[in-house]
Amino acid sequence: MLSYVIKRLVAGLVTVFFIATATFLAMHLVPGDPISGAKAMSPEIRANIEARYGLDKPVAVQYVVFLTNMMKGDFGISFTQQNRSVNDIIAGHFPISATLGILAVLIAAMGGVLYGSIAALTRGKWEDRTVMFLVILGVSVPSFVFAALGQYVLTEINKRFDTEILPVGGWGTFSHMLLPALVLGLGTMAFLTRLMRSSLLEIVNQDYIRTAKAKGLPTRRIFFSHQLRNAILPVITFLGPAIAAITTGGFVVESVFAIPGLGRYFVQAVNQLDYTVIMGLTVFYGAFLVFMVILVDIIYGFVDPRISIAKGKA
Amino acid sequence: MNMKRLVFVFLATASIAQAAPKKVNLVIQTEPPQLDSSKATDQQSNFVLGHILEGLTRSGKNGEPLPGVAEKWEVNDKGATFYLRKDAKWSDGKPVTAKDFVFAWRLAVDPKNTSEYAFILYPVKNAEAIVKGKKKIEELGATAVNDTTLKVEFEKPCGYFLGLTSFTTYLPIREDFYKSRNGKYGADAKDLLANGPFTLTRWVHGASLTMEKNPNYWNAKTVKLDQIDIPYITPDNTAQFNFFKDKKVDMIERLGKDDLPLATKNGFKMKSYSDGSVFYMEFNFRKGRPTTNKNLRKAIQLVVNMDEYITKVVGIPGTLPGKTLIPVWVRGVKDRFRKEYPYNPPKMNIAEAKKFVEAAKKELGGSIPPLVWLTGDTNFAAREAEYFQNIFKTHLGLELKIDKQIFKQRLAKMTAGEFDIVAAGWGPDFADPMTFAELKTSWNENNRGEWKNDQYDKLIREAQSTSSVKKRMNAMAAAEKIMLDEVAIVPSYERTVIYIENDRLKGVVRKQIGADPDLTQATID
Repeated sequence: MLSYVIKRLVAGLVTVFFIATATFLAMHLVPGDPISGAKAMSPEIRANIEARYGLDKPVAVQYVVFLTNMMKGDFGISFTQQNRSVNDIIAGHFPISATLGILAVLIAAMGGVLYGSIAALTRGKWEDRTVMFLVILGVSVPSFVFAALGQYVLTEINKRFDTEILPVGGWGTFSHMLLPALVLGLGTMAFLTRLMRSSLLEIVNQDYIRTAKAKGLPTRRIFFSHQLRNAILPVITFLGPAIAAITTGGFVVESVFAIPGLGRYFVQAVNQLDYTVIMGLTVFYGAFLVFMVILVDIIYGFVDPRISIAKGKA
Repeated sequence: MNMKRLVFVFLATASIAQAAPKKVNLVIQTEPPQLDSSKATDQQSNFVLGHILEGLTRSGKNGEPLPGVAEKWEVNDKGATFYLRKDAKWSDGKPVTAKDFVFAWRLAVDPKNTSEYAFILYPVKNAEAIVKGKKKIEELGATAVNDTTLKVEFEKPCGYFLGLTSFTTYLPIREDFYKSRNGKYGADAKDLLANGPFTLTRWVHGASLTMEKNPNYWNAKTVKLDQIDIPYITPDNTAQFNFFKDKKVDMIERLGKDDLPLATKNGFKMKSYSDGSVFYMEFNFRKGRPTTNKNLRKAIQLVVNMDEYITKVVGIPGTLPGKTLIPVWVRGVKDRFRKEYPYNPPKMNIAEAKKFVEAAKKELGGSIPPLVWLTGDTNFAAREAEYFQNIFKTHLGLELKIDKQIFKQRLAKMTAGEFDIVAAGWGPDFADPMTFAELKTSWNENNRGEWKNDQYDKLIREAQSTSSVKKRMNAMAAAEKIMLDEVAIVPSYERTVIYIENDRLKGVVRKQIGADPDLTQATID
């Protein structure tokens, strides 16, 4: 078990290293630089700023400096927010994105398993068809539409009742999180519903289900102990990357609901070519994603005894 | 007995009045990157800093200098002397002294501090040499004669210096406080000291900012608001609109074109003002570019009708068609510059335009290659590019190749000269025609088209070396005429901004220069 985890972690580190290198190269190949602004600078002012950030050195040297600092866990100072370190930015805003993301994934997972089960159990009937119609809607409508729509409906409701049912934006309390988390999780929920449904339907015809039925087990017990437990595996596989994707990809929703998450800093950094923030956040996100995938593999072993990672048969 | 009761009632009412603080809620697009005034460059930082700090002067509604920390001043060709008021205090109660200005200005030109706006101090003696590392920062021409007298020496006569003294880079910073922050000055609310109408009491990065009335401000009795709260930060127009509709904010500073019908539908009263920016097509004059041909530029100038362009493309009511580089709000000698020195560009004339394009073709060897139109990645930029593409093609048979680029890449291409025409714009730094006129000089880095005219350069240098208002304005007007006659640019529009505010909010001033919106004199019922 331990040696497997270590092996995976080392492979993960190598992956992160390649992500960092590729991002570094791509970033420097793009025309433009972090210090150019709408108003051009005189050469002497530019030279002073370049020297301060080490941009006057060759790219190869900058790369070595970046790697050395990264090993020490130092991603440097943001170009745009000149007295905040990238570590400060991550520490200040990742917890917010993560909270929102985890809540969204929870909503998505619960909804996905529930609706997927309903659809599978009522296969071909109107319940199934309704759920599948909503799934298509959920998968194809982008989250910014849901966000704008959700916010609009909420302002109308608040106006109608002349009170605040839920806040339309901002951050601070649990009630601030509900609508954004729901909006953020909808796409994933739709996808999980479909996954759960097809996974359940596949299992329905398995021998062991037939055996269970023949033994005269109650339907409820067959569903919870046999069908659900086996069908949920693909859902768990998907959850790892989904948590990473939702936590890191909430930019639009964060923007609509004025939530101070990390997503907006990432998008801003890319627009501004803020080298240090781009590198810091890419490495951080990359490491996070790799970690989630490894975590899912380990959890697998607990959910499905057939998979034994201890013996390296995974 | 009755008297006592009366006093009691009076006190009770007074305490009730005190209990309801006057508070304004705002939403801003992005948070200030940081609030060190020696380094700030952006709109959001200027807004916050303009409310918590005060310079030697404050800028009035039309950009005119009003007394700030300085009670009075004397300005001549050689320099200026400012007499600071004795009751100006920092938020910790210590007096604001001339040394605080000297320190802040030295910081701005210190090569180690790397302020992008160091150039704005170049009128002060030795500033440029210090930035270039040729002189020591102690040699800057700003001296604290005593605590309340600041003496400034000029590099050369500067007719608009007074207007600069309210600019962000010229705001004071107190040395002992700055040093106590260990390089974090302006990074957080606790890392700032205020000497203006408000203090920054809370700053949650990415989420919110709160400013409260500064009781130590020398003119605190004129400040009516107790608090300016910014609970939301989002660039999303629709979200901003929803916050206003939900009565969470009292103002939206800038409505998008798509929000206008919504605002009408909801019955919100819309207001407008000119934000001072001017937009124009800038031609590339680098060797080998077809746009070096004057007949081609004339043809383009004559084929466009900016009134139609504003209706079809800009879509914001009240937008002014561009006529010159110096917009209509800028003041000249006694009145508006444009009134004193009118310039009327030729009106649309398609038949004439066709003649010019034929002449251009002959001079360029028979045909004109597709012209590269460099622009941004916004919806507006695309609409604009397609509009001109259609017009050029229909009337002149010219192909326009649209090069849409994200911000930084567009800048890189502008600097490298990879375009024939670029959709350019400029916002003013100070209330003087010079903030625009200097743009087209051959030494200005923002002259991306690299248009060069010796006569123009000479006239601008002349305007920069006298403090006689009349001489300066005459020189700039003559220079502008040369530039426009040569069609170095084709002005397209002067921006108008539509905004909405709560009916109970009064006294908000919208400005072209300095903190905008200005809430220092605002109140809410």
